[in-house]
Amino acid sequence: MLNKIKQFFKGFLTMWGPRQNFKLGLYGPPNSGKTTLANKICIDWLGEEMGKVSPVPHETREVNIKEKVTIKAKDGRELIFNLVDTPGIATKIDYEDFMKTGMPATKAKKRAREATKGVIESIKWLDEVDTVLVVLDGTQDPYSQVNVTIIGNLAARNIPVLIVANKADLKKYKVKKVQSAFPQYEVLGISAKYGKNIDKLYEKLFELAK
Amino acid sequence: MVTIQFVPYTEIENLSGLGRIRKLLNIAKTNKIVLLQGRLRKEEETELIKTTMEEIDKKFKGIELAVINPSQTAKDEIQKFKYGFLNMFFGDTQGMTIIGPSSIVKSIKKDPNKIELLTKGR
Repeated sequence: MLNKIKQFFKGFLTMWGPRQNFKLGLYGPPNSGKTTLANKICIDWLGEEMGKVSPVPHETREVNIKEKVTIKAKDGRELIFNLVDTPGIATKIDYEDFMKTGMPATKAKKRAREATKGVIESIKWLDEVDTVLVVLDGTQDPYSQVNVTIIGNLAARNIPVLIVANKADLKKYKVKKVQSAFPQYEVLGISAKYGKNIDKLYEKLFELAK
Repeated sequence: MVTIQFVPYTEIENLSGLGRIRKLLNIAKTNKIVLLQGRLRKEEETELIKTTMEEIDKKFKGIELAVINPSQTAKDEIQKFKYGFLNMFFGDTQGMTIIGPSSIVKSIKKDPNKIELLTKGR
């Protein structure tokens, strides 16, 4: 009920033009490239990175916010938003998985503890974001329940969503598989690392913000 | 040996969201795979993940989760209409939910045509 009231007021406030200063959330499973995408957006428009990336899952264990990111369209329009990079959502976290990467036990246990808190934070932030890019790894199975749950939850809250199939630079990448898993959503294939289709993503942000 | 516990929807129907999550998670925490008739609500699914994270400790490392929603597997518009119509009357009783403790279930692979439940070797 509270969400419906929030959505009503958001809709009311945005009747006269695109939203300014809205919160754009980056959601997805661990290691899908959310922070890599956040870094790309921040480098392109602010000239600085947002967070550290790593091949070991759960590198981002806290919600990071970059305020007042301003992007410009070719026709001169501007879009200002607060970028919210969230920790990857998972249903299981085992410190022993971190140890397999060569991490010492104490550090792995600490990372696991922080990662569980990160997932909880991400879920709590679902109440705060206005628009979401669901960042999926285009080389992985898109039918994972975490993906379905995140997207279904956003739909239930009437939050505009764009699915971003990341890692288009890798051989195993299959954007069509992501598209067939979520036929009711628009899926944009990108490589956040190399900037492939990033201009298309910026154009889509203007559409999402309407 | 892997134990699967079937939970009919009637057992959770009158419980609160938190009550439903508690019941299902309690079963999973006893190292049993839960086979629930029907589905949780979307917000309950997210709450299940959140509660799971809050309860991770030395013994409990989390869950594997899969939800089968017949309206999402509909092959054509007629089937979509049929399941949409059934949903109006039977709601969340449609479909099936599998919750397995990650100490037993390595992964659940789901695509529209099959579900594979991979268990850990002991």
